[in-house]
Amino acid sequence: MEKLTKLGRISTVIVIVFLATLWMFPMWRIDLKAPQYPGGLTMTIWINDVKGDVDVVNGLNHYIGMKSIHKQDFKEFVYLPATIMTFMILGIVVAVTNKKVAYYLWTAMFAVIGLFSFYDFYKWEYDYGHNLDPHAPIQVPGMAYQPPLFGYKKMLNFEVLSQPHIAGWFYILAGVLLVSVSIFEWRKTAKIEA
Amino acid sequence: MKKLLLIFSTLGVVGLTESCKMKNTDAVVEGGAASKVYVAPGKYDEFYNFVSGGFSGQVSVYGLPSGRLLKVIPVFSVNPENGYGYSEETKPMLTTTAGFVPWDDQHHLEISQTNGEQDGRWLFANANNTPRVARLDLTTFKTAEILEIPNSAGNHSSPFITENTEYVVAGTRFSIPIKNEDVPITSFKQNFKSVASFISVDKTTGNMHIAFQIALPGMSLDLSHSGKGPSSGWFFFSTYNTEQANTLLEVNASQKDKDFIVAVNWKKAEEYVKSGKGTKMKTKYYHNTWNEDTHSATSKVEDEVIMLDPSELKDMIYMIPCPKSPHGCDVDPSGEYIVGSGKLAALIPVFSFTKFTKAIADKNFEGDYYGIPVVKYEAALHGEVQKPGLGPLHTEFDGKGNAYTSFFLSSEIVKWSIKDVKVLDRVPTYYSIGHLCIPGGDTKKPWGKYVIAYNKITKDRYLPTGPELPQAAQLYDISGDKMQLLLDFPTIGEPHYAQAIPASVIKDKIAKIYDINKNHNPYVSMGEKATKVVRNGNRVDVYMTAIRSHLTPDNIEGVFLGDEIYFHVTNLEQDWDVPHGFAVKGANTAELLIMPGETCTLKFVPDRVGMFPFYCTDFCSALHQEMQGYLRVSAKGSNVPLKYGTGSSVAASDSGAAK
Repeated sequence: MEKLTKLGRISTVIVIVFLATLWMFPMWRIDLKAPQYPGGLTMTIWINDVKGDVDVVNGLNHYIGMKSIHKQDFKEFVYLPATIMTFMILGIVVAVTNKKVAYYLWTAMFAVIGLFSFYDFYKWEYDYGHNLDPHAPIQVPGMAYQPPLFGYKKMLNFEVLSQPHIAGWFYILAGVLLVSVSIFEWRKTAKIEA
Repeated sequence: MKKLLLIFSTLGVVGLTESCKMKNTDAVVEGGAASKVYVAPGKYDEFYNFVSGGFSGQVSVYGLPSGRLLKVIPVFSVNPENGYGYSEETKPMLTTTAGFVPWDDQHHLEISQTNGEQDGRWLFANANNTPRVARLDLTTFKTAEILEIPNSAGNHSSPFITENTEYVVAGTRFSIPIKNEDVPITSFKQNFKSVASFISVDKTTGNMHIAFQIALPGMSLDLSHSGKGPSSGWFFFSTYNTEQANTLLEVNASQKDKDFIVAVNWKKAEEYVKSGKGTKMKTKYYHNTWNEDTHSATSKVEDEVIMLDPSELKDMIYMIPCPKSPHGCDVDPSGEYIVGSGKLAALIPVFSFTKFTKAIADKNFEGDYYGIPVVKYEAALHGEVQKPGLGPLHTEFDGKGNAYTSFFLSSEIVKWSIKDVKVLDRVPTYYSIGHLCIPGGDTKKPWGKYVIAYNKITKDRYLPTGPELPQAAQLYDISGDKMQLLLDFPTIGEPHYAQAIPASVIKDKIAKIYDINKNHNPYVSMGEKATKVVRNGNRVDVYMTAIRSHLTPDNIEGVFLGDEIYFHVTNLEQDWDVPHGFAVKGANTAELLIMPGETCTLKFVPDRVGMFPFYCTDFCSALHQEMQGYLRVSAKGSNVPLKYGTGSSVAASDSGAAK
């Protein structure tokens, strides 16, 4: 079994540190702006919480029949920290066992977690924006209020901008690092074999 | 008053002919004026200008330099616009020993100070008619406390403060018999006293307490200002009617060539109080305090004051002779110069604190007034500003060694140099200026830049509005050698004294909402689920909530003629600038205006059977118009069960509603 390069071993530590930022900073931010809110409204999504002007947004959303956002409704806020924590512990195992195969598997696992998280986030946003109360006071035919996963969207009197926050960027960096190091390790092996 | 004006006008005409100048009423406004007062849409003014509301009883807040009215803060008068004085929570604020008093005459304002500089924590306001002092909180722009002043009548020389806000003073304009006994008016000289009150202010909470009162001989205490720096232990009050007339004061109180500036050594007075030299006197006065946690006021009746007698307690009070019924009594930023403004004098005397204390040390007295030593005029005099104008009233300072005095009769502001008492510049005011204000102009650290004139007469300055015209203010640029008129703006009530402070000192500390989790009003509804209607005898308490865009409950039945209904409305919003209003048809009170997180109570006693719609009065949302409901009032003894709710909770029991 091939051993990891020194760089590969160090990268496991860096990835763990990057992911630890999820407990220190929000992962995602959604900014909203409307004429009535000159200072704008911001919601920040943390690994285990949603903060910012959630109450204000909830208050506004009842007009168009969107569900209220409540922390306790998100099972993700339990599963996601557990998953990431497990992933970080496995990273220590990778570093200790010092095997390339383990590193590849670890990277693959990250990819699965990452893709599933985005899919889950998108699914929630779709449901949040489409599953409207049929008795809502304001009903615009054909209008849905799904916030963008990434980027800008105009919805009624609101402009919405969705983007990663600090920990989100670190999470993305962790992914980039994992994939880059995997490729590097793979090439190294290929060279030796050649 | 009319007669007085006539005499003043005649004097004015004489003054004008004497100086051989005919003034043109057209103001010369130079080209640059517009740009100096232009505050672009969405931009903020540089200064807050707190202006007394005079006979409106309130305090108004303007932005400078634009002159835009930002807010009227209810203080001493009821304000149906937001329920002040009408809601159950605010009623105690206006309660006095004379009962509930819905109006007063608000003259002077003072922003709290630390080391003689404005700290922007509180604003003090006086009530002239039913003697009171109010403290306003400058984080909420609300009246936080009102203290009634016993042994006083016409609380005019108030609410001026010491340089660390240790005390707020309240000097009576009308002498009255102590304990207000029934005596002949003509026994003025024997029985009437002028009481000066020193109200201590708690450094942390701001809570006021009458520390002591000084029973001065009967006369009129007019205006006052604290010393500062070297003179900080002293307070100076101007007086008129030292003749002690009790009728036709216009003539009888204008006989003497000189009245007095009363100099009070309050440090000495404090010592006397500490060593028990004061007399404890039984009396009665109301002390009303607003509690920001319960969103309600409570009244406490106090029953004692400590009275100091200056004829027995030496070295506490001295008199400085001051020409012709002095009005303004102003101390320059250094604390060395005291300016007295004789309303009928043709000069302005400037006293030196150093010379005044030397005169005391040298016992350079010209006599005494009821046992109080009177220092010699010349011994305390720094100099006289000669021929400054007619009818000097008040003086403010720019911190650059200049003083600015208002002249009622000659209707102008005169700038003069303190050191050499020379007139430097003069500008007309439109018309008949009373007070004037420079930002920080009565503190150790004036901000300068502008002087604002508060005029008594408007005449032709604005589009006519019938016989009753607004009073007005005028803004002048004082950054250069010459004063320059920039702007006219009308005011509410009658503006007397004002204070201006850079917006930056207070604007970032201002509250946006009340935290609903800190709402300890006993009738709060913490959420819609907590709403209810409770009957107790003929008292019905409605615990109601307001949130965009419904009231809960919005259907109420089972209420009868003869019931007293208390609507306790909690605004559940926690977002900036989302108040809800609440009004009931036929309520003979007013509306409620409820800020986010606040609970307010409206008492309603229906006078007939029928349907009483209620609704939100403040356009809160796109569905504000739908924010409405019904109270059904039935005949006494009818078989209508108590029932209430909003939405499905009412709909479920729909069938039972038919009579």
